[in-house]
Amino acid sequence: MVGDTCSFCELENVRKVFHRKNDEPLVAIDDVCCEIIEGELVSLLGPSGCGKTTLLRILAGLTPASDGTVRIRGKDINGPEPDFGIVFQTPNLMPWRTVLDNVLFPMEILKLKNGDARKRALDLLELVGLKGFEKVRPNQLSGGMQQRASLCRALIHKPSLLLMDEPFGALDELTRMEMNDLLLDIRRVTNATTVFVTHSITEAVYLSDQVLVFSTRPARVATRLRIDIPYPRSPELRYTEQFNKFEKLAGAALGVTR
Amino acid sequence: MKLENISKYFYPVMGVVLVIFVWHIYVVGFDINPVVLPKPLLVLNIMIEERVLLLTEGWATFKECVYGFALALALGIPIAVALTSSKTLNLTFYPLLIGTQSVPKVAVAPIILVWFGLGFESKLVIAFLVAFFPIVIDTATGLRATPQELLDLAVSLRASRLQIFLKIQFPAALPFIFSGAKVAVTLAVIGAVIGEFIGATEGLGNLLLVANSQVDTPLAWASLVALSVLGMVMFAGVVAAERILMPWAEDH
Ligand SMILES: Nc1ncnc2c1ncn2[C@@H]1O[C@H](COP(=O)(O)OP(=O)(O)OP(=O)(O)O)[C@@H](O)[C@H]1O
Ligand SMILES: [Mg+2]
Repeated sequence: MVGDTCSFCELENVRKVFHRKNDEPLVAIDDVCCEIIEGELVSLLGPSGCGKTTLLRILAGLTPASDGTVRIRGKDINGPEPDFGIVFQTPNLMPWRTVLDNVLFPMEILKLKNGDARKRALDLLELVGLKGFEKVRPNQLSGGMQQRASLCRALIHKPSLLLMDEPFGALDELTRMEMNDLLLDIRRVTNATTVFVTHSITEAVYLSDQVLVFSTRPARVATRLRIDIPYPRSPELRYTEQFNKFEKLAGAALGVTR
Repeated sequence: MKLENISKYFYPVMGVVLVIFVWHIYVVGFDINPVVLPKPLLVLNIMIEERVLLLTEGWATFKECVYGFALALALGIPIAVALTSSKTLNLTFYPLLIGTQSVPKVAVAPIILVWFGLGFESKLVIAFLVAFFPIVIDTATGLRATPQELLDLAVSLRASRLQIFLKIQFPAALPFIFSGAKVAVTLAVIGAVIGEFIGATEGLGNLLLVANSQVDTPLAWASLVALSVLGMVMFAGVVAAERILMPWAEDH
């Protein structure tokens, strides 16, 4: 792109067709092109069922694209990269592990579990406000607390790309706003490139450098919005004219505002 | 908290006391012949009198059940793992497994006795046969029911198949394995008793048959009570193992 920014990930004409048993093929994603800059936070905004999760899974290397190329750091992806962190739509913690051991799970798999990893896990848990809950099992946490723990798990191995699939979709409005600020704080510290799936216009505009608005299925990029509001952003921002202008633009692309 | 604990034990105990009381009233009120139905107190007396006999025979049956059940676990879990990890194995053996399960075990028991003799081994094998199936089926179900997102998480970190199995699939299947084991352990007792009924030299089932043939109804009842105590002890053992191995299942 422009200046000294450096492209982290490029999608060219990505298509995904699901071949289903006893049914005609379903085109989930059609001809998506986009570019994600290193360190940037990009939101994928679109109506439910349009193919956002599918696109995120393609980026994660969990689902192969049917067509087109996905390049990350200049290389075509084939399969998952262990230095990606994923936060799923549900907290998805293992009930048999304590919160701390859940957070340390990636380090165990990557054979990096040691004293430093433990220290980092404890720091992350403190950062998200779960200090004192390290030894507790997930079923004793509220939904919001579980999602915080799951965020720590995604961050523990210092991922270069953080993929988040509607992580706060199931939370109430207040908790969600709190989590939005937490995410921005974390991002300031970690600088990880982040792809954030959401169907909330406000959330997308509040968090992102760039919002990709998707059409209904099959997903195509309907509009690309660059949110040039400087960080750090604070909750009052949501009530400013500048912010509402972006919300309107995104809403128009989704067909909800005129 | 405390009151809850009291009622947790109070009601079941009251249930048992009530049944024993009705039993007693019935026998005394209708003047029932002890050969048909002995008084609960008489059964209790016999149990105390014959405690050594009951314990020895009980120990024999206990060993048959435990070994049969343990063998069912030791073979059933690995077989379930093999079936779920290979499509070919599953296609080849799953139908066979279901097919053999539909053969009534009582009908097979005499053949087992011919093969393994009147002793301990034949009872072990019958207990094993009945306990095996629920363990395989429930373990396989549990291994297949691993939450997809947890598998995705592991795959995204490029976890090995062994890591996925040990750290995700197996612990996620544990609740299923235990529910299979609870069914299996009760069936193992039934299996051992069937074996003893068909031909044995020891065990509570054997004692029950002998007492019955001598019209010693109180002793037959005493063996029956001992058998149900045995069943409860085995079940409690599985529940205790579940509490130890799955501490997360309790605290919610
Ligand atoms: N494995 C699959 N096989 C067949 N169809 C699938 C599969 N996965 C997703 N789809 C279909 O692809 C479409 C897009 O699904 P996707 O999960 O990506 O939507 P989404 O945008 O994440 O929706 P939501 O906001 O509700 O999570 C849906 O119509 C879904 O039915
Ligand atoms: Mg989705």
